[in-house]
Amino acid sequence: MENFEPTLLGLIVLLPLVGFLINGAVALFTPGNKGVSTWVGPGVVGLAFLIAVVNFIGMFGAELTAPIVRSYWSWMPVGDLQVDAALQLDQLSILMTLIVTGVGFLIHVFSVGYMKGDPGYARYFAFLNLFVFFMLTLVLGANFPVLFVGWEGVGLCSYLLIGFWFRDREKADAGKKAFIVNRIGDFGLLIAMFMIFAHVGTLDFVGVFAAAPETFVYGGAVVTAIALFLFLGAVGKSAQIPLYVWLPDAMAGPTPVSALIHAATMVTAGVYLIARSSVLFALSPTAMMTVAIVGAVTALFAATIGLVQTDIKKVLAYSTVSQLGFMVVGVGVGAYAAGIFHLMTHAFFKALLFMGAGAVIHAMHHAFHETHQDWDAQDMRNMGGLKRFMPKTWIFMWIGTLAIAGVWPLAGFFSKDEIIWMAAAHAQGPFEVVFTLVWVILFIAAMLTAFYMTRLMILTFHGENRSGPGGRHIHEAPAVMWVPLAILAVLSIVGGWINIPRPISATPILGWIPPWHTEWLHYWLAPVTATADNVFRTRVGELLEVGPFGGGEAFWAAVAFMIAMVIIALTTVWLGKQERKPAVETPPYRGFAKVLYDKWYVDEIYDAVIVRPVVNGSRALWRYVDDGIVDRAANGVGSLARGLGWLGSRLQTGNLNVYALAIVAGALLILLTVVGL
Amino acid sequence: MAFLDTIGYASWAVHFILWTPLVGMAVVMFGPAERAKELALGIALLVFAVSVPLWFAFNPADGGFQFTAAVPWITDWGIYYRVGIDGISVLLILLTTLIMPLAILGSFRYIVERERTFYGMMLLLQTGIIGAFVALDLFLFFVFWELMLVPMYFIIGVWGGERRIYAAIKFFLFTAVGSLLMLVAILYLFFKYRMLTGDLSFAYLDLLNVPLTFTEQVWLFSAFALAFVIKVPIFPFHTWLPDAHVEAPTPGSVVLAAVLLKLGSYGFLRFLLPYFPAAATDATIVLVLMVLGLIGITYAAWVAAVQPDAKKLVAYTSVAHMGFVVLGVFALTLQGVQGAIIVMLSHGASTGALFLLLGMLYERRHTRTIADFGGLASVMPVFATIFVFTALASIGLPGTSGFIGEFLTLLGAFQTHPWIALIGATGVIFAAYYMLPMVQRMWYNEVDKPENRNLPDLSRRELTVLVPLVVVMLWMGVYPKPFLERTEQTVVELLEGVERNRAPVRPRLGASPPPPMEVVTVDDRAMPAAVETSNTGDVVAELTEAGREGEARHGD
Repeated sequence: MENFEPTLLGLIVLLPLVGFLINGAVALFTPGNKGVSTWVGPGVVGLAFLIAVVNFIGMFGAELTAPIVRSYWSWMPVGDLQVDAALQLDQLSILMTLIVTGVGFLIHVFSVGYMKGDPGYARYFAFLNLFVFFMLTLVLGANFPVLFVGWEGVGLCSYLLIGFWFRDREKADAGKKAFIVNRIGDFGLLIAMFMIFAHVGTLDFVGVFAAAPETFVYGGAVVTAIALFLFLGAVGKSAQIPLYVWLPDAMAGPTPVSALIHAATMVTAGVYLIARSSVLFALSPTAMMTVAIVGAVTALFAATIGLVQTDIKKVLAYSTVSQLGFMVVGVGVGAYAAGIFHLMTHAFFKALLFMGAGAVIHAMHHAFHETHQDWDAQDMRNMGGLKRFMPKTWIFMWIGTLAIAGVWPLAGFFSKDEIIWMAAAHAQGPFEVVFTLVWVILFIAAMLTAFYMTRLMILTFHGENRSGPGGRHIHEAPAVMWVPLAILAVLSIVGGWINIPRPISATPILGWIPPWHTEWLHYWLAPVTATADNVFRTRVGELLEVGPFGGGEAFWAAVAFMIAMVIIALTTVWLGKQERKPAVETPPYRGFAKVLYDKWYVDEIYDAVIVRPVVNGSRALWRYVDDGIVDRAANGVGSLARGLGWLGSRLQTGNLNVYALAIVAGALLILLTVVGL
Repeated sequence: MAFLDTIGYASWAVHFILWTPLVGMAVVMFGPAERAKELALGIALLVFAVSVPLWFAFNPADGGFQFTAAVPWITDWGIYYRVGIDGISVLLILLTTLIMPLAILGSFRYIVERERTFYGMMLLLQTGIIGAFVALDLFLFFVFWELMLVPMYFIIGVWGGERRIYAAIKFFLFTAVGSLLMLVAILYLFFKYRMLTGDLSFAYLDLLNVPLTFTEQVWLFSAFALAFVIKVPIFPFHTWLPDAHVEAPTPGSVVLAAVLLKLGSYGFLRFLLPYFPAAATDATIVLVLMVLGLIGITYAAWVAAVQPDAKKLVAYTSVAHMGFVVLGVFALTLQGVQGAIIVMLSHGASTGALFLLLGMLYERRHTRTIADFGGLASVMPVFATIFVFTALASIGLPGTSGFIGEFLTLLGAFQTHPWIALIGATGVIFAAYYMLPMVQRMWYNEVDKPENRNLPDLSRRELTVLVPLVVVMLWMGVYPKPFLERTEQTVVELLEGVERNRAPVRPRLGASPPPPMEVVTVDDRAMPAAVETSNTGDVVAELTEAGREGEARHGD
């Protein structure tokens, strides 16, 4: 198969849009009709996945070296700016498409069970389909503006789905917050596009990345600025410091939405953007360093907050922020394949964990509903011992937990260690100190991950049940919900085997997985990242074989694995012994734990430093500037005219003598003027 | 379009579109009172139907004026009835003919008093607006420009809200003051032309060739600009707008926002750039205007965000949107100007739709205060869908017209003024900041007021009004090419002209003669044979000659 022709590429994107239109029409005109949405909602995504698989198989045999671009219509043709509505199929975009449609399909199926009783059922699937449409536009777009359509589009869907239960003010607020914070990132992406166009003269990926190495000076101010503005976009979308604050609030949406949008796909768009623009980042050491530092700090910072949260979704939310930090480090140090690798495995196990949590919340909610208990269905302090009631969910979630904690041979072990290792392997030249530091930070963050995830499992599933009378009503999720979990659990186990690092596959025990999988993803993505890799190799140097303190990749992977195991074991023992009570009877945190529980007060600080000043400033501008000065000045001119008119009208006395005097005076004045000249 | 040729469309279309509303006004005013609205709607629809073929008959490859005609009017003063359409005006005319029937249909329930007069005024307004867009004689332009004020004044002053008289007078005075100086500037051009050539003419293309010194350009530019910036409006000349919008009845607001404001930015492109290229490219002047546009984008957005009155909020967002137009126009790049035209059209559709929607809410609840609503999405899902869509289109969501406009203006501005574009792009953040809280407070949250529990969703008539605008917003967002295509050639030639003529005729530069007016240019922009410009070349030669004489005189 030499010549590869994409199969129905446009249809992949179009199908979810059709689903949106059908479900949207149902939602508006026959909201009670659930049958249509049940089939159409997951169906269109499933079909899109199948088409993506066909294309993937085709590409597999074809050894593509350059992206295939399909242009559908000329979108913004203005002089030398020529932007087409075009899709680009290459190794990176097909991989993202598979993740989006594959994981997306499972989440759609899960939603059929999760949203069963909701009056907004059709509207939910309409938004979810629309999201998939925009997400596919994002990953398949062949130029920056088309990517931007998807970029803002997924933000819109996130807004609509976070605020899905819009009657609740808090949920509507959370949606609004997500949109506004994301727009700060979008601003960065816009500016980056303007700069790219100003310097390269095109916005097509192919054109920009081909021209970049010749156009930009290595380490120059321009390419650094472009990369940093792109990164601002990524920071907003992928919830990095300082713009991560919207993501924990986004948990207000239905849990499958959190799984799909706020864990598996949309939030990884920033990572995708950096991987896609790898050439630009590789050209700017400053930008790479910034990306790596922000990613590492985010990974650690979010993990600390996750340690003490009691809301099961909040733990997962901060875990997501933290894991996104890992991915950002991956693409930031120049290990684009590693970043995308973790993006993929994370999509598996985090979607699994979120939907598992969804199944738990679903069950808790029903139980409390049965007994009319006014308890928080998401608070882990009200759970405990659920493994008895929900054995399947319990097993699947343990698989997810072990995967994210980096336990061999699960997916997270390979992808996370790859990133940690790559920080060390790239630590040379200008990056040496910083990347070594990043490596250390990630090691710590990985340990925290093992702790907070084990804590989540212990609190939820182990020990005595703390649900009060509701405990008797907790049931396992129906098949439509647990089957997707099972599939994701399998993927969370085997997903990492596609990219086993060569040193690990050469190690006894750790390398016991068939060797033909070695570094497959790395090779697969090589055509996409080749230019960027080249830049790094020529400017900085070859990747290091030996890391800090002498160990190689396999050594440190083994160390990380053992630490994770120890932490999981210790946590299990330690937390298993503790006495626990339902939320209402638990005393609030004190001291440092309270600081962590209150999320380092970042929201409060933002509120005081940014939100309030802006709102108060707006009020002041309106009252004092617009009404007080500008409008008053305008009206003042009017009053002045009226005053002059009044003065003039005083002259109209009707007294003939006065008029005569005025005439004479006027005549004299004119005469004087003329003579004077 | 063979069919259009058979019926001689090009020869009568413009006149038909221009004068039918005026005739219609008489019909409505003297027709049966109970049929006034249907009559007015019928006339507006007829005009729209006749205007639609313009879209096809307009030749995008021709950057000059098409559908031209010239009939002597006041010959003693060289005043002609000269009309024509180019790429800058064609889409604005279509926007006007589209908005009018929608605004009229949207007033069926809102206007209950003196219907005949009201609909008469609406039709008169349409003639005024279209006249200003098609006039190619400066005197005629000024007549239409002023003519618009009268019906608008009455629409606000008679059918408006509580403070309607204040708002109407404010509107009238602001606009009238601006246009007076423009009249002076027009007369100056007229007399200068007469002095140089001995001919009397108000023709747009004649006065275009009057050689002006830099100082003259600055003064005349300022006089014209004042009229336009008030109309647009640009900070700090905007305070008439919120008052006018709040007090105006729905159809008044719709026409005001959707079309009337565009006359200001149309004036930038029609007069400021081609007539005074030296002033319009002067670094200081451009900077001042761009900064004012920037203030509009940011400041107006902030002020909008805290308005308790939804209509006033939307009014302030107009100032922000028009700030993008200013940035795009004075960027003097193809993308910038093209983007500015798209923003104008997009704003017409989205803000027009927002005012219609708020009017429909007002008809249901008799309030515009945001705090009086809440949770409406669960009561009126279709209404909510269209409202949220329109709000998002207004803040430039990709896939809608708003994005194309903002993207192109900012991208265009960035090529020449990166820092200004950078600050301008923060507008996308502030847009979310003013729009989403309003959407939330009106449509989301709990339905906490009993009055809001049983509001009826959109009626069929209301949907008929809104759907065309939704279609336009989507069409321009997904496939803007047909729009961009129709404006491109004219804008290209406009910018070339500005570039060529930006060096002003300096009276004291005896050594180097002023750059000769290129005959080619004039031929490009010349009217067809119907117009008496057979001796264009001679006129230019004369003018250039005269210019030199003028120099010599000044030199003495």
